[in-house]
Parts: sequence; C-alpha cells; structure tokens
Amino acid sequence: MSEPRLIEISPVTRVEGHGKVTIHLNAENEVDEARLHIVEFRGFERFIRGRLMWEVPVIVQRLCGICPVSHHLAAAKAMDMIAGVDQLTPTAEKMRRLMHYGQVMQSHVLHFFHLAAPDLLFGFGAPAEKRNIFEVIKEQPELGKRAVLMRKYGQEIIEATAGKKVHGTGAIPGGINRNLPIERRDHFLSSIDQMIEWSKDAVKLARDYTLEHEELVSEFGSFPSNYMSLVRESDGALDLYHGNLRALSSTGDTIFDQVPYTRYHELIVEDVRSWSYMKFPFIKTLGPEAGWYRVGPLARMNTASFIDTPLANEALQELKAVTSGTPNNSTLANHWARMIEVLHCVEKIRELLSDPDLQGTDLIAKGDRREEGIGVIEAPRGNLIHHYKVDEHDQVTYCNLIVSTTHNNEGMNRAVKDVAVKHLSGKEQITEGMLNHVEVAIRAYDPCLSCATHALGQMPLQVQLFGAGGELIDSREQCV
Amino acid sequence: MSGTKKETGFTFTIDGIEITATAGQTIMEAADEAGVYIPRLCDHEGLRHQGSCRVCTVKAGGRSVAACTQPAAPGQAVENETQHLTKMRRDLVEMLFHEGNHLCPICEASGNCELQAMAYRLDMTEATKFPYLEPCRALDASHPDIALDTNRCISCGRCIRASQDVDGKGIFGYVGRGIHRRVAVNGENLADTTAEVTDHAISAEVCPVGCIIRKRVGFAVPIGEREFDKGLIGHEIEEKRK
Repeated sequence: MSEPRLIEISPVTRVEGHGKVTIHLNAENEVDEARLHIVEFRGFERFIRGRLMWEVPVIVQRLCGICPVSHHLAAAKAMDMIAGVDQLTPTAEKMRRLMHYGQVMQSHVLHFFHLAAPDLLFGFGAPAEKRNIFEVIKEQPELGKRAVLMRKYGQEIIEATAGKKVHGTGAIPGGINRNLPIERRDHFLSSIDQMIEWSKDAVKLARDYTLEHEELVSEFGSFPSNYMSLVRESDGALDLYHGNLRALSSTGDTIFDQVPYTRYHELIVEDVRSWSYMKFPFIKTLGPEAGWYRVGPLARMNTASFIDTPLANEALQELKAVTSGTPNNSTLANHWARMIEVLHCVEKIRELLSDPDLQGTDLIAKGDRREEGIGVIEAPRGNLIHHYKVDEHDQVTYCNLIVSTTHNNEGMNRAVKDVAVKHLSGKEQITEGMLNHVEVAIRAYDPCLSCATHALGQMPLQVQLFGAGGELIDSREQCV
Repeated sequence: MSGTKKETGFTFTIDGIEITATAGQTIMEAADEAGVYIPRLCDHEGLRHQGSCRVCTVKAGGRSVAACTQPAAPGQAVENETQHLTKMRRDLVEMLFHEGNHLCPICEASGNCELQAMAYRLDMTEATKFPYLEPCRALDASHPDIALDTNRCISCGRCIRASQDVDGKGIFGYVGRGIHRRVAVNGENLADTTAEVTDHAISAEVCPVGCIIRKRVGFAVPIGEREFDKGLIGHEIEEKRK
C-alpha cells in the first residue's frame, strides 16, 4: 500500500501546442483518473470582434503554423457566404482546392514521419533520446529524405496558391487573388509521379504496421465512438474542401446525413468543463454521455462512402475490409487513414494540375451581402467549423470556432484514460517509457492544441454547487 | 566644362556624389532627380513639404536638417547614408512601430506599407529596445466605403495635406499635443464627413501605412505583386542612376 500519487506529463511532446496530462493513482497504484489538459489560451473568438470582414481569413490563420490554410479557407468560405457568393468561379474553387490538398498532404506527412514515426519505428517504450526525427533520418535515411521532400512539395503548392508557404493571403471573400502560372504548374508536374509512388509506399508502411501489430492496434486506446465529417453532397464520397455533414455510430448506423453544414448548430452542442480551456462538443440528439464523437482521418475513412481517386479508394477498401465495412474504432489506425489521405491529396493535385481552369483569370465572384456566414472544411485533423456575424459596417460582431482538436476532446481523454489504465495501473514503478504510451495515444489524433482554445467571457456557462455528499445544492446558468 | 549643370543651376554633393540643383529646390528634390534616395515618410510627391517625421534628416554644413524642407545650397557637402544617420533613422522608425499597434502579419497594407518597407531598408531586424505603448484606439468603420484604423497611424499628415490642398475638403486634421497628437476627422466619425473613396486623401498612395482603408479590396493584390515585393523602398529613385 502506498500514498495516492499524481503523475503529470507536461508538456505533451511531438504535438502542436501546449498541453499536459494528469494521472491520479490511488493507494493501490491503480489509475483513478487521467485527463488531457489544454493549458494555453488563444482567445481568437473574442479579439476578432471589431475587425473588418476581409481581414478575417488572414487573421484567424494565425491560430496555427501547421494548418493555417485550413483556418484561412474555412474563414474565407464563411466570408464568401457573407459576401453573398454561393458559387465561386471555377478558377477560384480549384485554386483553393489545390491549396487545401497541398496543405493536408504536408501536414499529414509532417505528423506521420516527423512526429509519430519515432514511436512506430523504435517502439513506444524506446529511450527518449531515440524517439525523434533525427534518429529516424540516421537509421532510415531514405525515409527521412522522403519525409522532407514530400512536405516540401506540399508547402510549395501552398506557396504557389497563397503566396507564402506559411500564412499567405490567397483566399479572399468571393474568390482568390491569383491563378497558377504555367511554369509553376510544369514544375509541380515534373515530380508528381514521384510523389504518387512515395505516397503509395507511405500507405504500405502504415498499413503494414497496423496489420503486423494487430493485437496492439486493436486494444491500444481503442473504443467505440460516433464519427463525423463532411462528405460530398452528390454521393457521399470523401471531400476535404466542401460537402454536407454526415455522422455515423460506432456500428455504422446513420445519426444524421447530408445535412448542410450551415445547420451545424442544430446538431452539435459544446460543453464546458472546469479543468480545461478546451470545450467538449457532442451531438445534441444523443446528449453529452452518448453524443461525443471523433473526427479526423480515421473518422473520414469511416464516414466516406468511397474515395473518388482510384489509388486512395483501393487503399480505403483495404482498410474497411479489416472491420468488414463497419467503422474502425482503433485509435492507432488513424496513421493508416492519414497516409491514405496523403495519397488521395496527391492524386487530386495531379488531377488539378491538368485542369486549364487553374490558369483562368476570372478570380472573384460578387453577390448580395449577408450578415452571417459559416464555413466548414475538413482540415488535416478533422472537421473545422468557422461561424461569423458581421454588421453593416463590415465589422465582425460574433465568432465561433469549433476546431478538429476540440471535436476530438472527449475521444483523446478516453484514449488517455484507456492507455493509462492498461499500461500504468498496478505498476510499482512508472517509467518514462510507460508515460510515452499515453502520449502515443494523444499523438495518434495529431492534436493541435493551439488551435483549440478561444472562448472567452460570454460563452454559455453553467455553474453547479455540490455539497460534501455530492448532492447538487444550486445551479446558475449564463447565456449570451 | 565638367558636370551637367542645369541652366541657372549649381552643384552640391551627397555622400560625395555630385548633384545638380536649381535655385529653390530642396535637397530631397535634387537628390530624387539625380537618383540618390533619401529615406522619408511624411513627404510625398505632389503634396507640400512638412518636415515632421525627421526620417529624411541629413547632415548639411554640420547641422542636422530635414532634406524635404531644406533648400539645396551651392557647394554644400551633404551626408546621407552614414552609420550615424542610418542608426538615427532606424531609431525613429522603431519608435513609430512602438507608438502605435503595427501588426504587419495581419495588416492589409503589408507589402505596400512604407513604414514596413522603411524598416526593411534600414535593416530593423533585431528585437527593438523601446517599450510598446500599445494604445487602444477604436476602428472607425462607419463610412460605407472607407475605414480608419488609427492604431496604424504614424501622424505623417499626408492625408491632412491631400484633403486640404488637393481635395479642398479639410476632412483630416491634427488634435492633441506632443505624444498625444493624433490625426482625427472633422466630424463625429468618417460617416459624418464628406469623405469619398475617390478623394486623393483616401487613395492608396497617400496613406503610407494601413490607417486609411478602402473597404473590400484588402488582400486583392497577391503576394509577389505588391509594391515593395519588387524591391526596397526607394529603388525606383536609385534606378535612375543605373
């Protein structure tokens, strides 16, 4: 028998942003509670208020240095709606899609090779000094080279479409501010076949890991959950840029399907908890206990009817076969799903580069002004919702952001607890390697903690006062 | 006969380069014609000289003078790009950054902004040494086509002179004294004035920063095609000598 203990993993490493994990061990060394805390605060929902609407896509992308394009495009889509533009010109839409595919590709490559690969290659419990990208490059130089060059390719696509590799200005309300010159197109075409081959190899690497470690993958942070993503309006195919909302249960039953994303607030409610700056969204009809859901690459593989690029679709069918077509609930299968999306993005980039619309000059559409706009996109880490209201002076009066990592909040916390219970409970001595198992579970979601904490001041808030016996004494609610 | 003296002109030197000037020309006007760039922020072609930002300070006859207002004099030896003057100019520009709220990464003037371009030209690349004043100034977006974000104002007064002398409207003016001096409009807000987006004072070339905003055109010019993507501020003047 020993004293109860609190173990803190701070900061969680090889993720974007700052977070920590607390694990409460009781006197029998069993895990009582384990939580992921987001300890940084960004507050974009508040300080964007008062700014001018065309500044929004440029300001909010500063949420993140890894996936700024996602915020840039989600905000631009919301501003399109406010500008009264329901249909972009072909050049504008295709340039934005090209930007987005470049972004998803580079972000996924960064995560898989730079952040997750050290765990997968060297083992979760490998010495800390071994678990980094430099060791990956040292032991597998060809893999390291591909990691760098694939990411470079995606970043250059972003630069060609947004003006800069990080924090560009391409998307503006109603369209885009540039097209793709022929010489840039030819530059990208010259190495697209190489990118396809390397992406196929990456899918194989992730697939082989998943299948060769079937027992580990099936039990490590695995649990049933609901899944949500955009799917293509016409046929339910994977669509990372635009579509309608679809949510499935852990067994594949439809919770809602083909709902326009402008109605997201009818479907999703955000819960607040005292110990984290990050909110906990859930599906309204199912309530907070049963309504939490996961988003991201694996969620998209679960929700999409198919993928409209042949190589990625073939890979998807192989992934789906593992669970006989029902949703895959294995947290670690996210890596396989992520690499399928890389292949899909590269196939899409190849398709777009052959499209003459990218050299078009009709860049901006106009429409009748509205006061409210909602933009939703499938960011690398999952569904991303931007919602704004703008007054008659073009100033933002309201902003609500639900980012991918926020959607996954409950899922990550459950994964943390699941892994902590399985790998730490009952152990006399807790080693650094054991604690890394917890980080591996978080890392599988590729969370971006800096993107996820924005509410301030006037969010709907419920305060409950409990007595010593746990009984509810009083409750007060504050709403906007 | 050496040089290319203009009729009734004379010569003087800037950093040893012989410059030809005519009577009444300022040091800056003569330098511009000769392809020698003297940094400036409050001065603008077509507007009367003001000499308030002091970024154009040069040494002439041992004295520090504003090149935009100081007449050129025959035989004068003017110092422009010395280490001392460059440092002084960099300090002035740094103080302008610290006096307002200049957030280049999210400003639609970025790439077209003379303050930002001057910072690049003067190699303002290190952490600055002055405290940020972080003023709290409300954005005036009341006008249907124009917005005024005085967080970015550097009190150059170009809009005041353009509105008064070119547009004949007098929409802008200074209020307050010393460090509290600011540009204001002659009404409760912009919507309360006769300002129009076609006014010279509202044009992109007059406001050197992102203070006067023409609505709904921000970020329409892609990165790579903005004014100072083409070269350092002053390059078009310096190219005359090449």
